[in-house]
Amino acid sequence: MGTVLINLGKHRRDYWGGALMMFFGLVAILEGQSYGIGTLTRMGPGFFPVALGCGLVLIGIVIAGVSYLADEPDNETFLPAHPEWFAWACIIASPLAFIVLGEYGGLLPATFACVFIAALGDKETNYVQAAKLGAFISVLGIALFSYLLKIPFPIIRGVW
Amino acid sequence: MVETALTDLMYGFGVALEPQNIMWCFLGVFVGNMVGVLPGLGPIATISILLPLTFSMKPVAAILMLAGVYYGAQYGGAICSILLNLPCHPPHAVTCLDGFPMTQQGRGGVALGVTVIGSFIGASFGITEMVFLAPFLVEVALKFGPAEICSLMLLGLLAGSTLARGSPLKGIAMTLIGLLIGIVGSDIQTGIPRFNFGMIQLADGIEIAALALGLFGIAEFMNSVNQIAKVDTKYSNIGLKDMRPSKKDLKEAFPAMIRGTLVGSLCALIPGTGPTISSFVAYATEKKVSKNPETFGHGNIKGVACPETATHSSVQGDFIPTMSLGIPGDATMALLLGALIIQGIVPGPSLISEHPDIFWGLIASFWIGNILLVILNVPLIGIWVKLLMIPYRYLYPSAMFFICIGVYSSNNDLFQVGEVLVLGVFGYILLRLGFHPAPVLLGFVLGPRFEENFRRAMLLSRGDLMTFLDRPISAVFIALCVILLSTQAFFYFRRRKKPATGEDRALEAAENPAVPGVAGE
Repeated sequence: MGTVLINLGKHRRDYWGGALMMFFGLVAILEGQSYGIGTLTRMGPGFFPVALGCGLVLIGIVIAGVSYLADEPDNETFLPAHPEWFAWACIIASPLAFIVLGEYGGLLPATFACVFIAALGDKETNYVQAAKLGAFISVLGIALFSYLLKIPFPIIRGVW
Repeated sequence: MVETALTDLMYGFGVALEPQNIMWCFLGVFVGNMVGVLPGLGPIATISILLPLTFSMKPVAAILMLAGVYYGAQYGGAICSILLNLPCHPPHAVTCLDGFPMTQQGRGGVALGVTVIGSFIGASFGITEMVFLAPFLVEVALKFGPAEICSLMLLGLLAGSTLARGSPLKGIAMTLIGLLIGIVGSDIQTGIPRFNFGMIQLADGIEIAALALGLFGIAEFMNSVNQIAKVDTKYSNIGLKDMRPSKKDLKEAFPAMIRGTLVGSLCALIPGTGPTISSFVAYATEKKVSKNPETFGHGNIKGVACPETATHSSVQGDFIPTMSLGIPGDATMALLLGALIIQGIVPGPSLISEHPDIFWGLIASFWIGNILLVILNVPLIGIWVKLLMIPYRYLYPSAMFFICIGVYSSNNDLFQVGEVLVLGVFGYILLRLGFHPAPVLLGFVLGPRFEENFRRAMLLSRGDLMTFLDRPISAVFIALCVILLSTQAFFYFRRRKKPATGEDRALEAAENPAVPGVAGE
């Protein structure tokens, strides 16, 4: 995955931006026309999505085209100068942990894991600090959401 | 007309002064002020976290509180800019240019004092503007049919996406993406599920809190993690007595405040030019009219007073099109409108007559909230300054939890936590490709009403698109759209490379947390 993304960086970002918009536009057109377009007088559910999709394809072409015509160098790359792979992974894993542990464990383990994992993403935070922060937010979160706001979410599933 | 407005305003004070409404208003401005001070957490993310918690509240209380977060954050943002040179809240980025040099000269307290005075003046003017202008706009807008509403929305969307920061083309693309995301869910007329890709959970559409938290929460954290510069708090020892500006300071700052107010209130009326644009325009104007522009950037008090006043005037004025026409000017306003829609309130010109308690109560609460903020900021400045020392590495993991639980509590559904994650990663990719996600929210909120009115207009005109040009008011809006787009294109082709000024660097810094500071180099 790393090498693909590095190759991505060799092209202007606007080519990729334009291509992404065209892609979403095409998805909208293909999916939208299956709902029935109808006529202007009696529009079907698919009319608006298809119209938006056409607009998006068009604007994608214009974005890429303007970038091709204007010779200004794009001095930023898709990946930042110092990619934070580990921190990004932590930020993505944090809600995932919340979902999985929330489903099978309950609010307490979900909260702790969510905060603990996200905190590890910072270069200066060590395991102990992350665990302390996780514990602190768990206590605060349960007091606030379970007791004060009474959100239906068992603290530990099956036990509490 | 003036008299009715004043009577209605008195009624509004009656609503806003109800004990629990005052409490929610206070809570809103307090939380807003706090997140405004904290580097790295903006008002949009905060409002979206709080949004699901307002579902069980009364609509008036909910909107008072959420609006309070927004303008409260503006008071906090200035502290961050002036004392830390951190342009982390875009509307206040330009304040760093003169605010931080003042701090280095030991006059940071004075800068804060002038800011508080200017903020109050600017906000008061913005509110007054709303009191008298909004009912007038409503009177005109009530005569609109579907065709007019449609063209007006088109104008709002185009202005919101092309006048904001970044490339206008990409802004339009983001609006279209937002409109498409708004389509997810069941079609209003036929009930056919659209864009749910086989997932039942998407049948009700995407939750606005999930969208906002993904784009302005998770995406922002991915952008800022390990990038926020070490906060230098050596100047943050400010007491109450440091804040009092001298007579000379006030005499210098006062005309600048008036000019700032004017710029801000004008910018507020144009959708898309929210507080950020108006503070930059105000700074540039102030520099231009000044007899000695070379002193700007070295701690000129006017360079603090003018943009700050403009920001606050514009923040309050932003509510005018949002509340009177139902057309939000920026992402925050779209979010507040979304909060009203969730409460079952249809935004638009009929809001004032159908829900006068919301409209006039909100306006009255602005004044109460601003007075509360002045009280909170003058004697308690020391406490806010202490908040500056909370490092980002503790802040963002805690915010991750509040995002997860906030979006969960909107429907008690873990699926939506997954929605936030997907939208967040998507938002970060867009950010890296140079797209600013704010117009997505505009398109998302306006989308369903836009489609509905478009269908209705087409039904009425029997499928004749010329109806948008045949009806005079609608034709005016369409003409404005064309003028807007052609001026944008004109400026695009005329643009030449100019040497970067302080303002450009401040603007760049506002968009990029990796840039440590802008002033005093």
